[in-house]
Amino acid sequence: MVFGMKEGTPDSPLDTLRWYEIPEGVMLQFRLAGPVVRACAWAIDALLRSVIYIVLAVVLSLFGGLGGGVMLIGLFLIEWFYPVVFELHNGATPGKRAMGILVIQENGTPVTPSASVIRNLLRSADFLPFLYAVGLIAMLSNRGFQRLGDLAAGTLVVYRDQIKERVTPSNAPPLKPPLNLSEDEQLVLLSFAERGGELSEERRQELANLISQQTGLEGAEAVAAMTAYANWILKGR
Amino acid sequence: MKQQQFETENLPLWDEVESLMSDLQLNRHKRQLTTEQHQRFPALYRQICSHYALARSRGFSPALVEQLHSLVLRGHPLLYRFRGAWLWRTMQFIFAGFPTAVRRNSGYFVVSLLAFLLPAVIMGVACYLNEDLLYTVMSESMVAQMEQNYDPANDRPGRAAERSSETDFMMFGYYIMNNIGIGFRTFATGILFGLGSLFFLMFNGLVIGGVAGHLSRLGYHDTFWPFVSGHGSFELTAIVISGAAGLILGHALLSPGQQTRLQALKKGAFNALPLVMGAAMMLLFAAFIEAFWSSSSVSISIKYSVAALLWSLVALYLIFTGRNAHGSE
Repeated sequence: MVFGMKEGTPDSPLDTLRWYEIPEGVMLQFRLAGPVVRACAWAIDALLRSVIYIVLAVVLSLFGGLGGGVMLIGLFLIEWFYPVVFELHNGATPGKRAMGILVIQENGTPVTPSASVIRNLLRSADFLPFLYAVGLIAMLSNRGFQRLGDLAAGTLVVYRDQIKERVTPSNAPPLKPPLNLSEDEQLVLLSFAERGGELSEERRQELANLISQQTGLEGAEAVAAMTAYANWILKGR
Repeated sequence: MKQQQFETENLPLWDEVESLMSDLQLNRHKRQLTTEQHQRFPALYRQICSHYALARSRGFSPALVEQLHSLVLRGHPLLYRFRGAWLWRTMQFIFAGFPTAVRRNSGYFVVSLLAFLLPAVIMGVACYLNEDLLYTVMSESMVAQMEQNYDPANDRPGRAAERSSETDFMMFGYYIMNNIGIGFRTFATGILFGLGSLFFLMFNGLVIGGVAGHLSRLGYHDTFWPFVSGHGSFELTAIVISGAAGLILGHALLSPGQQTRLQALKKGAFNALPLVMGAAMMLLFAAFIEAFWSSSSVSISIKYSVAALLWSLVALYLIFTGRNAHGSE
């Protein structure tokens, strides 16, 4: 999630976030997909591909030598170009889509035809010597979780951004906080008001009690006070 | 300005951009909005970007910042997406892009050719002189199959005697899968510092040269050479080109020059791609010749004439095509 400027700095060393400055002058943030989620996506695709092979084999076996020829061409196309077709269509194979991830260029634009072909041809090098061992080592030794094909093609696999509901602030009357708050402290309060709904009442109270020394309030009253302060920051008087 | 005021003022704009983006994500014929509305997108998008920057620098609430970031994130690929004119690009590629790319990388082509040709010639001569040597690179059953296929007693050389003409198409599929697959692997394994490409080139050289020498020794000239000489033009040249593409990757990693290895690899990969795709195209054509022409039972002299024609076609194509094309070199 996006937090203030200071937290998510573009050079924070230990993070799976990747930052890219777009021509409009703002920083885009991508959440990189790691080896496990990508392996799951690959497994789903492998399953789907075997279903396609079986269906093809059953249908084409009715057509003798002609069917056999078509089958072999189909095998070839699916083996090498199945990911390319889906990546160019909407950025993700069905497996990746199911796992909520997609392929993009390092600059955040959709994957280009050349890049998609390169990353999928080099799949055969990443697969060596068995089950993507080379690819896994490559992924673990760079910051972008990129296998060799991604490195050469300049592509990233990232999580698809969820479209979120807009949060409506509570109707509690705004209340001026008892002391002057720094920007970071204000953000903590706003964050508490916006995300509090995801927590249990007990946890909310526990968090609100952390500043009872300053507010002199405990439990439910402290929670209400925090919300009121947040509303003051949001709306003013 | 307080956050709430900022939100109320700009909410209509954000909603407009959101619906515009949803519309742009649809297929062209499913879109609801007019072109005029679509033309507002770049301007609106830049406004959204500045709202996002503003919201962050003013310390507005995390949820709002995240909301605006997700609008920016969704819009970016829509504004900067790639649209291709497929047919034009394909024609451009065949008549200019591919041959110029081969000529631009002629150094790699020569090295690749040597890596293939030297083992092939040496193994060919050695197998012609020694009847047991072929078994060092091929299994007994494969050699036996090969000998049977090209036995002059077999009236349709190049395939087992019991096969009918219906299997021509079957073989076409097989050649596509096998040969283009080998081409792709020869390229891809070049990323292992060029070693994979060299291995595939040399191994294929050994086997192909070995088989040629072995069968010539057995006196099967008139069945073997007419069969392979035709499609060999496109097939062998394409494998050498695939190898050259792999060597580009390997060279980029071994000797990146003034760039980082990663930059060199990326540049190399995009430089090598036309070679790989062009080689795949040539292998497709070769598979067609091999399945439907090489196995046909026309006379040997016609076969050799066509082979000569095909070899000159390959040479002329790679040397001359696209020299004066607009935008080439």
